Amino acid sequence: MATVTGRLSAAADQTRAAERRRRRRRSAWRRQLVALAFMSPWIIGFCAFYLYPILASLYFSFTKYDILTDPVWVGFANYRFMFTSDGRFWTAVANTLWVVAVIVPLQVAFGIGTAMVLLRVKQGLGFYRTVFFLPTMVPLVAAALGFVFLLNPGGPVNAVLGFLHLPEPLWFRDPAWAKPGLALMAMWMVGQTMIIFLAALLDVPRQLYEAADLEGAGPLQRFRHVTLPMISPVIFFSVVIGVINGFRYFTEAYVVSKAGDWDNPVGTPQDSLLFYTSHLYNQGFEGFHMGYASALSWVMFVVVMVCTLVLIRSSRWWVHYQGGTR
Amino acid sequence: MTAIPAPGAGAPAAARRQVPPAIRRRRILMAIANHSVAIVLSIIFLVPFAFIVSTALMTNQQMGSLSVWPSPFKWSNFTDLFEFFPFWRFAWNSLLYAGLGTIGVVLSGVPVAYALSRMRWRGRQVSFVLLLSTLMLPAQVTIVPLYIIFVRLGWIGSLKPLIVPLFFGDAFTIFLLRQFFMTIPEELSDAARVDGANDLQILLRVIVPLAKPAIAAVALFQFLYCWNDFFSPLLYAGNNPDAWTLAISLQQLTQLSRGILANLQMAASILFTLPVLIIFFFAQKVFVEGVTLTGVKG
Repeated sequence: MATVTGRLSAAADQTRAAERRRRRRRSAWRRQLVALAFMSPWIIGFCAFYLYPILASLYFSFTKYDILTDPVWVGFANYRFMFTSDGRFWTAVANTLWVVAVIVPLQVAFGIGTAMVLLRVKQGLGFYRTVFFLPTMVPLVAAALGFVFLLNPGGPVNAVLGFLHLPEPLWFRDPAWAKPGLALMAMWMVGQTMIIFLAALLDVPRQLYEAADLEGAGPLQRFRHVTLPMISPVIFFSVVIGVINGFRYFTEAYVVSKAGDWDNPVGTPQDSLLFYTSHLYNQGFEGFHMGYASALSWVMFVVVMVCTLVLIRSSRWWVHYQGGTR
Repeated sequence: MTAIPAPGAGAPAAARRQVPPAIRRRRILMAIANHSVAIVLSIIFLVPFAFIVSTALMTNQQMGSLSVWPSPFKWSNFTDLFEFFPFWRFAWNSLLYAGLGTIGVVLSGVPVAYALSRMRWRGRQVSFVLLLSTLMLPAQVTIVPLYIIFVRLGWIGSLKPLIVPLFFGDAFTIFLLRQFFMTIPEELSDAARVDGANDLQILLRVIVPLAKPAIAAVALFQFLYCWNDFFSPLLYAGNNPDAWTLAISLQQLTQLSRGILANLQMAASILFTLPVLIIFFFAQKVFVEGVTLTGVKG
């Protein structure tokens, strides 16, 4: 008798276990469906506004396309033209590299500098921080128009330079001085970078400075051997973002170029403010060379991806992560 | 936040009183030097504002002269401005873009961030990596096909191409919200689940109330981003003055009325910038912390 009931209950156990497993599987399915429902806005958005456009622009980049007529397959002609015959493409690349090589490092250095000034001031930190950050809040269009006015040849900045008997450049009217004018504006809007470095500097453990003091390190050595290694992840972050933003650089240059006269071509004066995105905008949406613009955007895509990967890969050589090697 | 590293900052008050006079004098000199640097920098950061405001108040005659101080103050520049261009219509368009865009980004971002941070399901990691990669992707890479789609839909020259995509999730918003949701203790959702709450109820009754500061921060970022945005409105609405936002109209003032003088242009810039600065002063804490979050967690 005992064995029979035992066998019966074992069978019941088995069916119960199967039932539980089925229920668990069903609930896992339910959870998957609920999660997908929650994700649905992004899934639709990703397919419609990222995946399809990237693939479509790859296809368009091999065609000649003006929207009005159907795209015509031209193979690599767009890319060949870009690299061999389009002089403005190389101008745009050179100008964009100028932004990446000059403005980005200057902004990082100035960001660290202003953050360190803030750290050394004990009273009124909040006030100075607000003042240093304020320009960042000004909309780019307004800031660019403001700088066009400030830097116009008869404007306030040149009046000051003249008073000091310094040379008065023509700024945005002179191809040689237009980009330095934009660099000045980028320095004025350093706030975002500064705040990030301020947080990083505050996170450097004080014991490290005390240890450096005990070893007899001077202020420069302290900066070189304690501060710099400790904030290097943030420097790394700023450089990556700066490089990518370099390829996006458009609004300031566009506003400045068109400020003198509405009919000025993009990149005025003399293409010195023709940046990568300006060229893309000009080709795609002023000239309606959609095929060629797609090729430009794909080159940009590849370059940005490669830059990001290289920076991430190289980071292990020079970025110090707190709490161990990585 | 950790304390500002400064020599002697942590010393008790009693010990500080016995600092030798030589060292104290040095410290005062250092403080003066530090403040001088900070004040000089402050002036450099503020001078452009001062020039722009003073120019906005000058008469047309005074514009040509080298004087810096407006005399007389021509406050009417700020009202004359409205004769030159339909300021309020452009302001309304800006408000429409920024307001609806913000609503769209928050409504679509919150559930996605929840699924990415607090639910276990197959494909979560892949989705997150894809999301991060779109975060790095410059918008210029996708604009040609998007522009063609919007041409086909007949949306060019309206605000629709700017607003509608924001209702389908914005990578930056989702990323920030996810980072914040991760910090909410799992026990809170578990307790709600034991009480019989489903995921939607947990999201609305547990997570959203706790995440209000983060939601406020992303809403603020999005609002200002849309308000300041220049590239997309230029691209999609540039051909139709009825759909211009303030950012576009400001730049196109030179086209609208050739030879418009800098004083009116600066006055218009000030009216455009003022709401942003007001928001900034009221929400400064949200702002500075939000920027820090993106920097450190990024």
